Amino acid sequence: MTSSLRRTPLYDRHEELGARMVEFGGWEMPVYYVGINEEHRAVRARAGIFDVSHMGQLEVTGSGAENLLRKALASDIDRLEEGQAQYSFLLNEKGGVVDDLIVYKLPDKVWLLVVNAGNIATDLAHLKGLKQRGAVVTDKSDETAMIALQGPVTLDLLADIWPKKTPGPDTIKPFTAVQRVVAGVPCLVARTGYTGEIGVELMCPADRAGDLWDGILAHREHGVVPSGLGARDTLRLEMGFPLHGHDIDSKTTPIEASLGRFVHLGREFVGSAVLDKQVAKGVKRKLVGIQLLDRAIPREGYPILKDGTKIGTITSGTLSPSVDRGIGMGYIAPEYAVPGTTLQVDVRGRERDAEVVPLPFYKKES
Amino acid sequence: MAEESYPAELRYHREHDWVRADGDEAIFGITWHAQDALGEVVYFEPPAVGSHIDADSSYGSLESVKAVSDVIAPLAGTVTAVNDKAVESPELVNESPYADGWLIRVKLDDASSVDSLLDADAYQALL
Repeated sequence: MTSSLRRTPLYDRHEELGARMVEFGGWEMPVYYVGINEEHRAVRARAGIFDVSHMGQLEVTGSGAENLLRKALASDIDRLEEGQAQYSFLLNEKGGVVDDLIVYKLPDKVWLLVVNAGNIATDLAHLKGLKQRGAVVTDKSDETAMIALQGPVTLDLLADIWPKKTPGPDTIKPFTAVQRVVAGVPCLVARTGYTGEIGVELMCPADRAGDLWDGILAHREHGVVPSGLGARDTLRLEMGFPLHGHDIDSKTTPIEASLGRFVHLGREFVGSAVLDKQVAKGVKRKLVGIQLLDRAIPREGYPILKDGTKIGTITSGTLSPSVDRGIGMGYIAPEYAVPGTTLQVDVRGRERDAEVVPLPFYKKES
Repeated sequence: MAEESYPAELRYHREHDWVRADGDEAIFGITWHAQDALGEVVYFEPPAVGSHIDADSSYGSLESVKAVSDVIAPLAGTVTAVNDKAVESPELVNESPYADGWLIRVKLDDASSVDSLLDADAYQALL
């Protein structure tokens, strides 16, 4: 492992827990502690705690903040009340996804963008390039740590380390955020996540991350386990959540990526003309969920075939721990992008039968 | 998962395979180090019984949740059996890399080729 990789404030905790570390987006991150499957199942059944401090936090302030975000984001920030959040995109002029992010409207006219670790510099340059008068973009990534607590027992556990005399964690609605002192650490507590489970993402000062981590893990009686990026990836794949740089990038639009529901058209923003046209005239390719019928695992880069002809490429895939099937996503022509369509995936030279399925791959039994 | 070990009665190949040889009959598998590096094995794609495999070439693949890895043949020979239990329950490769998690049985082209392999000490010196 080279020393040029960056480490989060929780690096020592990961070492103590015996984590297997890998490079991700320029960071040295835990891929798993005990095993990906075990951590995955813990999150689905109980809870997992993830260090996601590598992710970026950009604050947008100033008299021009709203105008910058109206121009830069594909979602309509004027729909947000204070304390609410949206999943959104920064697009280029061609409608391609520069980054996907969550935008928060915080008190005191502060807007927060939580962005992908590997894209912080790109996003900053992109926002500055829009030259919005009166808008100030500040990179808070280095001074901010972020811990995700995800799984059905999340709110019960959080209640044990929640400040008395404030409404309980169960009063925070999905895609909203509040400031609270959690386990003695001042945090922005957001009901967001990347796993499909009930969960929160906690942002706190970098130098307090260890206290927050320890404060949560002091309540292991709830069944919470440290979980790595490996489980984070299999969990998000089961939900069909895209990963930037793989399933979406600067050459694919949210419409092509079947994420149109997060885009608010009828407004002018960077890339909106292309998206308007795609909605009116249709797209040439769509991102779909593909489940293998044979026992094999689709992986990024594997060709998608229909009757021997290549019609697309897998953008990410794995063995789903929950449904015990090879699952993946990829772009194919709309004529094939219909659930139930049978096709094949070329798995290292062997054609494997597969079918287009609706996302998510995994649905919780209710 | 199994404890780290490199049994002295086995011979080893630098690509992290082991061989248990008895005359020209041999069993192949991967070492503790290899299964640890791979993580939880979720899929074993074996060669066909009856096929011939070449030394230092891939004869199958093992997949973990995160990655695919070719399995390199330590010696040349003809596949006489595949461990169906490892195909059905690939986690055996993690739980018992030197016993229940063996991969294939081979009739070696040359019984003396075993002598070209590393002993446990020489293999561990590479790790």
